[in-house]
Amino acid sequence: MLKDITLGQYFPGNSPIHRMDPRMKLILTVVYIVGVFMVGNLPGYALAFAFLYLVVRISGIRFSFLVKGVKPLRFIILFTFILNLFFVQGETPLLSLGFFTLTKEALENAIYFALRLVFLVMGTSVLTLTTSPMQLTDGLERLMSPLQRFHFPAHELAMMMSIALRFIPTLLEETDKIKKAQMARGADFESGNLIQRAQAMIPLLVPLFVSAFRRANDLAMAMEARCYRGGDHRTRLRELKYTKLDLYGALATAAFIAVIIAEGRLLG
Amino acid sequence: MANYEENRIITSTLAYAYPDTQRNAVDGVTMRVKNGEFLAILGHNGSGKSTLAKLFNALYVPTKGTVWVCGLDTKDDDLVFDIRQHAGMVFQNPDNQIVATVVEEDVAFGLENNGVDPKEIRVRIDDALAAVNMTKHAKKAPHMLSGGQKQRVAIAGVLAMKPDVIILDESTAMLDPSGRAEVMNTVHRLNKEEGISVVIITHYMAEAATADYVIVMDEGKIALSGTPREVFAKVDTVRSLGLDVPPMTDLAHMLRESGVNVRRDVLTVDEMVEEVCRLSSSI
Amino acid sequence: MSIVIEHLNYIYMSGGPYETHALHDVNLTINDGEFIGLIGHTGSGKSTLVQHLNGLIMPTSGRVLVDGMDLADKATDRRAIRQRVGLVFQYPENQLFEETVEKDIAFGPKNLGLSAQEIDRRVKDAMRRVQLDYDKLHDRSVFELSGGQMRRVAIAGVLAMEPQVLVLDEPCAGLDPRGREEILALIRDLHRESGATIVMVSHSMDDVASLAERVIVMNHGEIVMDGVPRDVFSCGEELRGMGLDVPQAVQLAGKLRARGFDIPEGIYLIEEIKAEIEKIAGKGGRHA
Repeated sequence: MLKDITLGQYFPGNSPIHRMDPRMKLILTVVYIVGVFMVGNLPGYALAFAFLYLVVRISGIRFSFLVKGVKPLRFIILFTFILNLFFVQGETPLLSLGFFTLTKEALENAIYFALRLVFLVMGTSVLTLTTSPMQLTDGLERLMSPLQRFHFPAHELAMMMSIALRFIPTLLEETDKIKKAQMARGADFESGNLIQRAQAMIPLLVPLFVSAFRRANDLAMAMEARCYRGGDHRTRLRELKYTKLDLYGALATAAFIAVIIAEGRLLG
Repeated sequence: MANYEENRIITSTLAYAYPDTQRNAVDGVTMRVKNGEFLAILGHNGSGKSTLAKLFNALYVPTKGTVWVCGLDTKDDDLVFDIRQHAGMVFQNPDNQIVATVVEEDVAFGLENNGVDPKEIRVRIDDALAAVNMTKHAKKAPHMLSGGQKQRVAIAGVLAMKPDVIILDESTAMLDPSGRAEVMNTVHRLNKEEGISVVIITHYMAEAATADYVIVMDEGKIALSGTPREVFAKVDTVRSLGLDVPPMTDLAHMLRESGVNVRRDVLTVDEMVEEVCRLSSSI
Repeated sequence: MSIVIEHLNYIYMSGGPYETHALHDVNLTINDGEFIGLIGHTGSGKSTLVQHLNGLIMPTSGRVLVDGMDLADKATDRRAIRQRVGLVFQYPENQLFEETVEKDIAFGPKNLGLSAQEIDRRVKDAMRRVQLDYDKLHDRSVFELSGGQMRRVAIAGVLAMEPQVLVLDEPCAGLDPRGREEILALIRDLHRESGATIVMVSHSMDDVASLAERVIVMNHGEIVMDGVPRDVFSCGEELRGMGLDVPQAVQLAGKLRARGFDIPEGIYLIEEIKAEIEKIAGKGGRHA
């Protein structure tokens, strides 16, 4: 299940999308999502899809990979769909079953909401799939750095994020190992009621915390040994520089937003 | 402090006690690491060898005595970052010292901290990765690498800082034999070709046997020192210090005890072959 | 009690981009009372194989029979299997979690649902067998112990299950020479005293040479050699081709033979080569 989530995974490559500045990609992703939320009819979603599809094609990522990423979230999407179906008040009844009357507005709303969620996940997936976590944190750090004037710890947050990303695979592997070691001693993680199951986690969680603390200690010392001293005077291997690619990306996204608005005026 | 052109690290009556403890983990150590030397520090767990390594890099500051790294006193707060650039350190657990999620970005970490110009960083990490034969893995995620490869990335990270000394604090302890060989071959090559001094902390006798000089620690003190040949020939003393001797040295020792007149300081299989040939032709 | 493995295949992350065929048609019978040394470089499949022995991993295809019971069978009680086949993982001290040594060792027996009296007996017995002083250590925190002691507590935790087969994955990894020696002596005693079947995964040819009665070599997920140490270690070239070492006594014997000395085939222990060199020193054994 965990390994099916494409959100947060990075798919190495050298496409124009990969080479864009992470700051620009972050901004454009937000703009795209805002655009998707402005859409209010099906042709508009077709346009949103076309734009996303184009971006994915340029990036060289298989589209099926993105679809797979939506899968783990299908229950949440289904849930919001049904919620909208029931709770949106509408005026044009489509069919009526006892208490419940399905209206055109409710159905539309439910579909749009589900589609928005799908595009939200796919859009952010494109960002994380084409941007290494390191670049992503870099981008966030730079975008947030003006806030440092107000003592906002932009560098520290970015460093924490990148270390967390670095250690997720290591800790997942370790969890699996400890779990198996305890199972070899007869531990049972699968049966029992809620309280029994929570108790069964202790033999897993204690060693995991002990190990995480030891790793944190080791890492702190290793960072210190490599002259780490916070964000001041630090340079970066990858200097972030806006290029023509970013200009094209920005123009394309602006065009997309313009089309969405125009389409909304025409059909809305 | 004189003479640091010839000696990369000098310690004088060095002592260190961990906070809130009475016992000195390192207790009156006077030693040096010569320019271009390959030094092995041996000792059982708790003998103080790893503590000593951390004193070389200003990670710990002496409670008594002094450490000079390339002439710089590690007690001087202003020199700490210079010292760490001169004396790079590779640690035991390969998973716990890689900071970045991409190999080349990890190699860049130390240089970024020191504010090196990005163009210069690019050149240095390319050189460093080439020197440890990891160029083709530059864009990989560290968790996809083997233990030996991870340690070579860690060595590249240190190498990129252009250090005079590399200290390996039990860096082979968690590796399999091929990983150990990768790391040892790499540091030996750097020692010979680049003239970088190397200090390895280890409890693998075979690794210590390849060093120019060996120091055996016990109870925070230097218990034995000399060339590997001199040290391992003292089989009984080495054993009493909780260590082992290379299998061939052990064999020579056993042969001598049963009256066969082989040299006592045999280290390798090839040397033992020569000894047996000498024996048979002298009869 | 025997373990029979028939046509075992195991594929990691089947269907994905990282699909790996970790085990390939493995056939193996582990007999009662054997001491098996399992060797192979990292990624050869040996860790995957040992996790099949107590059902922590289920075969992609093929069968694992423990004492005649099929592990894949729904009716088979997995916990009973895990009691019979004890598995000590690499760096087992990383699994310790209880407040005291005694409680941690009691974790396994408790999961078996034994009486307090029986648990107590087993904890004391397990501690004796790993040479930890019960009176001195039973109420100490596991996190205050030395590395070697923690490892022994972890091994005791598995021994307290009183398994008939004990599987140890790299039991000496990361220990200093004295710690290594202690653990090896302990494993040797376990085998001699209680006649337990032992499967020891190891990288150290010298350790395997000095302990095992049967050596199994794995490479690329297959068993490539299986025999008595004498036969396996005489294939020095093949072993080296798989990135493995041979014991130094074997290396020495080979090199002496190449120099024209009359050294019998199949020598792999230091004591054996010592006896040969004594003979040479006594009468000059080189062929003219």
